[in-house]
Amino acid sequence: MEILVCVKRVPDTAENEIEVNNDGSDISRDDLVYSVNEWDNYAVEEAIQIRDNVGGTVTVISVGDDDSEEVLRREMAMGADKGILLSDDAFNGSDGKGLASILKAEVEKGKYDLIMAGAQADAGAGQVGGMLAAMLDLPYASLVNKVEVVDDKKLKVGREVEGGNVEMNDIELPCVLSIQTGINEPRYVGIRGIRKVASVEIPVHNASDLGISPDTVGGAGSRVKVLDYFVPDLGEGAEMLEGSTEEIVEKLVELLKAKGGIK
Amino acid sequence: MTQVFAYIIHKDGVADDTALELIAAAKKIQADAQVTAIVTGSGSDLDAVCTEVAASYNEVLKIDNENLAYPNAEIIRALLLKMLPSDAILLVPHTTFGMDLAPGLSIKLDAAFVADVVEFEGLDGSTLKLVRQEYSGQVSTHVSCDISSGGVINIRPGAFAPDESKAASGTVVDKSSEAQGITVKRSYLETVVAEVGDVDITKSDVLVSVGRGIEDEDNIEIAHDLAEVLGADVSCSRPIVDSKWLEKSRQVGTSGQTVKPKVYIACGISGSFQHLGGIKGSPFMVAINKNSKAPIFQVADVGIVADILEFIPEFADKVKEMK
Ligand SMILES: Cc1cc2nc3c(=O)[nH]c(=O)nc-3n(C[C@H](O)[C@H](O)[C@H](O)COP(=O)(O)OP(=O)(O)OC[C@H]3O[C@@H](n4cnc5c(N)ncnc54)[C@H](O)[C@@H]3O)c2cc1C
Repeated sequence: MEILVCVKRVPDTAENEIEVNNDGSDISRDDLVYSVNEWDNYAVEEAIQIRDNVGGTVTVISVGDDDSEEVLRREMAMGADKGILLSDDAFNGSDGKGLASILKAEVEKGKYDLIMAGAQADAGAGQVGGMLAAMLDLPYASLVNKVEVVDDKKLKVGREVEGGNVEMNDIELPCVLSIQTGINEPRYVGIRGIRKVASVEIPVHNASDLGISPDTVGGAGSRVKVLDYFVPDLGEGAEMLEGSTEEIVEKLVELLKAKGGIK
Repeated sequence: MTQVFAYIIHKDGVADDTALELIAAAKKIQADAQVTAIVTGSGSDLDAVCTEVAASYNEVLKIDNENLAYPNAEIIRALLLKMLPSDAILLVPHTTFGMDLAPGLSIKLDAAFVADVVEFEGLDGSTLKLVRQEYSGQVSTHVSCDISSGGVINIRPGAFAPDESKAASGTVVDKSSEAQGITVKRSYLETVVAEVGDVDITKSDVLVSVGRGIEDEDNIEIAHDLAEVLGADVSCSRPIVDSKWLEKSRQVGTSGQTVKPKVYIACGISGSFQHLGGIKGSPFMVAINKNSKAPIFQVADVGIVADILEFIPEFADKVKEMK
């Protein structure tokens, strides 16, 4: 099976406190630790497991700047066979539709049976997979936490819905899936693994390689634009307990006793 | 004036809470918005929902077809593509169904798409200004959306107070014929219900809930120790279950359990809306987090900025001492 997985380089929220920058034009990017989007990493692991079961190749693809290459390389160290970087200044500021149309142009140059994306990334929109499927006229299933290859024409997939229930579906190949966290246990990638793929060439395709007219993507081609970043004022918020740990603990014990939190 | 439609989610003949929230959202876009509800389904359950919803919506489009007995987003996308006028605004709840349906629908309609909207700040010509969040709620953004050729807008459940006025007494229009002849390449088979675990956290009065801040599987023990001295149960956020450190039945949130304790102690949990969506009944909430700006502090009653790996054991010791 030929599998393509879309991945994104994002600030690692487990490693960073995300704050708004001085003029509210962006988050503060100084000293941020980046990594691969959590959801995408699960998608790559799933692709590798499917390939190991039924054969084929796994290609990882990212729309981003030069730094995104490190994320592609990390996923190749995990076991992906190939990486492709889609990079052009004209892509900057693309909305979901713009990103999906950039990916579509590359997808159409290959022949893929299965395309996967993370269910969502740092902006929490969860849109690229579904948009890409619609542009390619392929069936789509989101929030997938179970994949079973039935034959070369069909998958059985589980979508995780409210309450953790799983909605089972048959879906015809080729198709697009967005992957939910927890579907598998992504393998660990060590320094040695990364070194092994350090010299593998990752092709970079720009707008003209992809036959994309620059005014249809990026800020210019976007109907949805982020105007600014801010921290909402949501009223009072919590009463913050301060002092030494001992003082805080004493105060907390009092409060919990009053609220029935200590039996 | 742009026509506004709302997709109604329902189950067992009862409309979801979001049905009334979408009206409130529509009125934030345009104070005098005339909103049309779209209700798909099959049989008497569908009729009950249509009657219920008609009290609140000016018009209810009912689409009855046995293929719609389960809401398969692939079928409903094809259906809505046939039904919606080209410059319409469609509001959809940002649930697992809405996430499945909406992005692809916006492409097919050539309409703009915005996910998980929490607030609207006005419509100026064809530019809709709205608010959404990024980085699990750590920052908010103002977003402009050009709806000149329509818009599909996903609304966060719970973000808009439901419009309970029931002031519409709308008419139900049968559009079932639209559902004929739709074939799709994904078919619904069955729903596998989540397993129950050894502890039922939905019945707990006091929960010690751990998130990614617990850092390592071995550290879960400190939460169990604290829970034991408090007479509480241990629950958790999704990443803890994804890592297989605790069983799924202990996960609090939209894709886990809905809990209603008296006291909820959130330890190393950032406060994403999917997590908070599983906490009902306004418990007394204590948040312990090393990041003073964590969103959880906006909803907690009491906050403590601390490293949970140090704080939890000290807290447990103190409670033990007192006993
Ligand atoms: C469709 C869908 C459904 C979902 N359903 C759920 C759900 O049901 N339940 C759920 O929980 N999530 C759910 N999620 C995931 C959700 O979006 C968040 O990713 C998740 O809730 C984050 O969990 P967390 O707060 O533990 O982790 P993070 O967001 O990573 O937060 C960790 C927090 O710990 C703090 N911290 C780190 N180290 C320490 C320390 N030593 N001491 C003190 N504090 C520390 C950090 O400051 C941070 O605030 C869902 C997502 C999707 C897309």
